[in-house]
Amino acid sequence: MTALTNDHDTHDHDDHHHHEAEAADRYMFGFWLYVISDCLLFCTLFATYAVMSQNFAGGITPHELFDLNFVAVETALLLLSSFTFGMAMLGANEENMGRMKLWLKITALLGLGFLAMEIYEFVHFSHEGATPQTSGYWTAFYSLVATHGLHVTVGLVWMAILFVHFNRDGFSHENKIRLACLSLFWHFLDIIWICVFSFVYLRGAM
Amino acid sequence: MVQTDLIKDPHVLTGKLHWGVIPFHDPVVMPVMIAAILGGLFVVGFVTYKKLWGYLWDEWFTSVDHKKIGIMYCIVALIMLLRGFSDAILMRTHQALSTADEFGAGYLPPEHYDQIFTAHGVIMIFFVATPLMVGIMNVVMPLQIGARDVAFPFLNSLSFYLFLVGALLVNISLFVGEFAAVGWLAYTPLSGIDYSPGVGVDYWIWALQISGLGTTLTAVNFVATILKMRAPGMTLMKMPVFTWTTFCANGIALVIFPILTIAIAQLTLDRYFDFNFFTNDDGGNQMMWVNLIWAWGHPEVYFLVLPAFGMISEVTATFSRKRLFGYTSLVWATIVIMILSFLVWLHHFFTMGSGASVNAFFGIMTMIIGIPTGVKLYNWIFTMYKGRVELTASMWWVIAMLITFTIGGMTGVMLSIPANDFVLHNSMFVPAHFHNVIIGGAVYGYFAGFTYWFPKATGAKLNETLGKWSVALWFFGYFFAWLPLYYTGFDGMTRRLQYIDNPEWQMSMYIALIGVAMIAAGIGTQVVNIAWSLYKRNEPGYKDVTGDPWDGHTLEWFTASPPQFYNFGEEIQVSDRDPLLDMKQKGTAYKRPSKYGRIHMPKNTWAGPVLGMLTLPFGFGFVWHIWWMVFASLAAIIACWIKYNFERDKDYYVEVPEVERIEGEFLKSNEGREFYFEKHAKHYKKWNPSKENDSSVVAK
Repeated sequence: MTALTNDHDTHDHDDHHHHEAEAADRYMFGFWLYVISDCLLFCTLFATYAVMSQNFAGGITPHELFDLNFVAVETALLLLSSFTFGMAMLGANEENMGRMKLWLKITALLGLGFLAMEIYEFVHFSHEGATPQTSGYWTAFYSLVATHGLHVTVGLVWMAILFVHFNRDGFSHENKIRLACLSLFWHFLDIIWICVFSFVYLRGAM
Repeated sequence: MVQTDLIKDPHVLTGKLHWGVIPFHDPVVMPVMIAAILGGLFVVGFVTYKKLWGYLWDEWFTSVDHKKIGIMYCIVALIMLLRGFSDAILMRTHQALSTADEFGAGYLPPEHYDQIFTAHGVIMIFFVATPLMVGIMNVVMPLQIGARDVAFPFLNSLSFYLFLVGALLVNISLFVGEFAAVGWLAYTPLSGIDYSPGVGVDYWIWALQISGLGTTLTAVNFVATILKMRAPGMTLMKMPVFTWTTFCANGIALVIFPILTIAIAQLTLDRYFDFNFFTNDDGGNQMMWVNLIWAWGHPEVYFLVLPAFGMISEVTATFSRKRLFGYTSLVWATIVIMILSFLVWLHHFFTMGSGASVNAFFGIMTMIIGIPTGVKLYNWIFTMYKGRVELTASMWWVIAMLITFTIGGMTGVMLSIPANDFVLHNSMFVPAHFHNVIIGGAVYGYFAGFTYWFPKATGAKLNETLGKWSVALWFFGYFFAWLPLYYTGFDGMTRRLQYIDNPEWQMSMYIALIGVAMIAAGIGTQVVNIAWSLYKRNEPGYKDVTGDPWDGHTLEWFTASPPQFYNFGEEIQVSDRDPLLDMKQKGTAYKRPSKYGRIHMPKNTWAGPVLGMLTLPFGFGFVWHIWWMVFASLAAIIACWIKYNFERDKDYYVEVPEVERIEGEFLKSNEGREFYFEKHAKHYKKWNPSKENDSSVVAK
């Protein structure tokens, strides 16, 4: 999603603004389409999780392992990061670089915290004898949750790249589109996590 | 055959690769390999000798022009057609020989025969039908909607290279190692590591995963293009039917390809990391694979056939010299097919035993989806009714399609009855049915479109006589090849038989062999036709001077052949479903606009080919467990992506004098033309009411 129009001082402004508005519209729409296909990706993972939800093969069950308090903190971190990203977007709308960056940094820290907790949880589960190889259930569990985690990781790397972009070009037309796309991506991951929390953790702990 | 599973402990540098994986002793593969290497060396030598590398890189490989990318798709598709069809010839000759007493068991060992039918299916669907369709869409769709390019030109280029890498991996598997021997949809647990320990399934996995990613990107790109980049005035219900079907097909692809991505990723995890999605023990579920793969696979069939319906519609309307009959019903039929295509997947495995109600539901849905398809057939027939039908080669393809596809559809309804399916499941009847609809529906449609739009892409018309010969050979060849197999299927012959011990089927196999020879002659004729017509491209009768050789109705004919790189000199105001016919009738077509403007265009980029081709070592490394290669290419992909992300200066403007010069030449070639509707005014007046026109919008 990168081939954006570039500024050419020599061109008359009508042309230029027309292309900018048109490009922003086109890129945001394209990104929404990508999100739809990503959504289907997760739908498939959820469906396979549902199919495998009782396939413990005589091994350890989620009921014995899930700690809802731990997951509650994890969830809080990610939901809060959606809020802070919203604050960053407010800063961006005012073209206030300091505020935008501050809130984006907080978002990144919360995201990192979420990831750290997820990795800790995976290591902990593995030590307790629940690896992806243990049973059909854990296979489905790890692939669903880790796919979400992988998306969060990509979001964090993207955030780092965006920092470089903003340092270089400030609130340029392209950077605004990039930020808006990342924002969409980040909120989307939040919604997916709410589904993971409800269908995987709440259901599994009961 | 090659024993790729012998090395349990991959080498750090070479993974599971060793000299034993190259089939030096195979009497079938080795000559092909030598020919391929010699042919490849000849091409490289020729290009180097003619100093064409720079030209190819600047004008083709790095191009983001949708027309050039479309042509590249078609070239690869046609080459892969030859490969996929060779597999068909091998299968038919083998089965014919294996029924004959004097030859015994044919000439292909089982593990080779199994790879051939797998490769045939994979190649024909993923690397022939899909790219031929995407290629034609690429060339035509942006032109039909009056756009300058697709929404994301760089992604378009990247999609092409991802597809190309998939095709390359399949071809590499022929010479290095082996291909999957598990059927084209790689049913588990057979495709799991326990039953297929070799690299064949891994080639299957990475070829499909990488090219599937390309198809997803194409879907995003085309849907965005159609919804965001249409010429002003072209409302959704004024879009040409081919654009409509392209839209619905890519809508399907956008939703189904993620399912394929996940299913293949899960099989990958099973095979490489001992996960338990589809294993026999530890809580795996093999039927989940079958459900996932068909939840993708059945809509995929409609993804392939809908654009063919669009091509048939355009060709029929143009050569019947009428507007399309029942445009609205045709569009709604397309939308209904798109929706219903998601609700029929279970009919591929009624025998799973889901119970009477589930089977009944999917059986009924399968019958219902035949209704909108039938609507379309009537649309085309009534378009021809009382038209002045011109029997050109593309129209021959249409008629071949109408007959063949209808028969295939009827055998499909037979299979949709679960009780019937329990008898016919896995028999030769099933391949006979789906070849009937895929060849008869999709492929004939593509060939109709290919013949119709060939002058638009290349500037030269195909030879009509040769074109008609290939239709005739394909048409009769198809029935010779598959009617006997319908019969043997009914008689109990199962699919994918390497050895046939029933002498009663011998005659059927021989007749089928005649059929495949006729189709081979048909393909040969097509190859000769393309070469001959390109050779003669500047001669009268071949050269497309005006850019509108068929006196067409839609906007792709409102530009030169091949089109100017910016497609259209002016922004077109659309006020009718057949915009060009409308302009011709109003006398505004091919007239100089009051003024030209600057044109904003994307620049070519290295990123498509480089990023795309880097997935080749990535996939190859995975296949052979060469982990350094996997990580190195992944790192390179990320680095190149970021580098491209930070590049500036990705576009430029074509200035007015340049536009004026090019457009002037184009308009000159159209001066003084007498259009078809003028010569046959009476017919046009009666059969082409422009009832959709809103006169208040038309005035400009």
